[in-house]
Amino acid sequence: MHKSAYPQKEFSPEELETLRAKRRVRRIISILVLCALLVIAAMAGLFAGSYALSLADIQAVFAKRLFGSASVDVPKVAEVVIWQIRMPRLILAAVSGMALAVAGVAYQGCFRNPLVEPFILGASSGAACGAALSMLFPLLFAQTQLTAFAFALGGVALSSWLARSRGHTPPVSLVLSGIIVGALFMAAVGIMKYLANDAELREITFWMLGGFHHAGWSDAFAVSALTFPSALVIWALAWKLNLLALGDDESRSLGVNPSQLRRILLFFATLAAASCVASAGIIAWVGLMAPHAARLLFGADHRWLVPASGLLGATYLLFCDYLARTLTGAEIPIGILSATVGAPFLLWLIRVKGRELYVE
Amino acid sequence: MSNNPTAALELSGLSFTYPCGRQILEDVSFTVQPGTVCGLFGPNGSGKSTLFRCCLGLLSGAAGSIRINGEDARTFEAKELARRVAYVPQESQIRFPFLVRELVAMGRTPHLRGIFGPSRADHRIITEAMEKAGVAAFAETPCTELSGGQRQLVALAKALAQDARIMLLDEPASALDFSNQILIWQTLRSIAAKGVAVLVCTHDPNHILWFCDQVAVLHKGRLLATGPCAETLTPELLHTLYDVPLEISRPNGFTMIHPAEL
Repeated sequence: MHKSAYPQKEFSPEELETLRAKRRVRRIISILVLCALLVIAAMAGLFAGSYALSLADIQAVFAKRLFGSASVDVPKVAEVVIWQIRMPRLILAAVSGMALAVAGVAYQGCFRNPLVEPFILGASSGAACGAALSMLFPLLFAQTQLTAFAFALGGVALSSWLARSRGHTPPVSLVLSGIIVGALFMAAVGIMKYLANDAELREITFWMLGGFHHAGWSDAFAVSALTFPSALVIWALAWKLNLLALGDDESRSLGVNPSQLRRILLFFATLAAASCVASAGIIAWVGLMAPHAARLLFGADHRWLVPASGLLGATYLLFCDYLARTLTGAEIPIGILSATVGAPFLLWLIRVKGRELYVE
Repeated sequence: MSNNPTAALELSGLSFTYPCGRQILEDVSFTVQPGTVCGLFGPNGSGKSTLFRCCLGLLSGAAGSIRINGEDARTFEAKELARRVAYVPQESQIRFPFLVRELVAMGRTPHLRGIFGPSRADHRIITEAMEKAGVAAFAETPCTELSGGQRQLVALAKALAQDARIMLLDEPASALDFSNQILIWQTLRSIAAKGVAVLVCTHDPNHILWFCDQVAVLHKGRLLATGPCAETLTPELLHTLYDVPLEISRPNGFTMIHPAEL
């Protein structure tokens, strides 16, 4: 240890209480800073794009839409750009980031492993398979999003069922069956790609890279309706999620039922992650990275980690979406950006901070 | 089997057989009184851990009875049992960089009312527990930065915060250096002095002689002997257990077990 990690002096109970109160204040301030960053990212996203907007346009559209005041005259194009295109897109991006990040925290906590991400049980490959099916057979599976969502949930359910033996679902078998189910679904996607014609192949490929370009209000609402309640349930269980870090025997000796807790947490985390994969495609890295970044700022307590990770995930995807729309004339798929920005960050985190963050 | 209402922990006729047919415990009966430290002694594989797991409600299907303050342990819900029995595992399996205070706070879980963690009053108990275990200086330090011995003391503080009248410890001193071993045992003595019944698994017969009031000796799943330490740990008994010639000597009236050829 290079720095002196150990305080040399003894503290009185009052001093310990002060230290705790100070840490609490520091954390609350950090949460507020993250909120501010989220607002800034959302504003940047609102302004960015090929159609230039003025602040007055935005104010007028919001006044008209939210408060019904039609007194100001708003250009029709500006209204469409703000309300029909950019707003739903921003909301979808932010909520998806939150869904993946919170799901990532829950998954990592349940598996007691910082390398786990929310797609490890086959949600993303399931969704990919569903999406490909609906693109190849639009008559059978009319709704791409719904099919992808159903297959994502189905994939995770299949993994859980395969991992179950004699009434128990050990986390290690769960990870293994997740890998197996993922491989099978990806093989199915491979077959479909092979059979697809050029246009369909292109469609499948783009879907799998992820994107918010098709986002409308219905997507934003659907994903929010599933994500917010799930995130709230996970947050409400944050204290018990802390106990899972102790291992099953110890958490049971504290009166918690770890397998039941894991089932509930994984169910809601999967629901949130699946809803966002179904509507935005596969967006890698957010669910792995946001929890790590949050842990760096807030430590391991899930009561802070869940909201912090959610805010970071939302901000991160807004930022990536901003880059996706502004870096080049054409749009870059979000999955590519979230990985190219995220991977080096994670590398840095593990190389530089890994020792402090995790018990080897 | 007579009920002993004063005993904090009373095992009578406890037997456990795994579904595959392997019998781990056979007809084990002994009691631990409040305010005493009882050593659970026996070679590897003698069933000590299984006995603990039965007492903690982690294993179901044991025959015989486990009574806590005269009440059948199996009638308690998990949370109720956790308020009465605290457990310190051999080695903490903790993942993620929890602060020492956060970790000790987990011990309050069976007493919490809301969903969102400890209250101010709980935090006073947590601080007290950290001070008793001597880890208050690390309150705001991540547990990942502590040494094995310090982590063991934190685990003890967590069990203290749980505020249970019975404490089970699985070889709490086995991974520690000599001074920390003494520190752990002295802390256990002071916990017992407050009226807690302490049951400790250990492999060191000298620790039992020095720090325990009573010993229960397990061998191949059976209770070989139980009673006051110095009378129970005879050279014959140790020979049955280990098959190595051992001697008990009393230099200056102080009991010590050591290899015969020393």
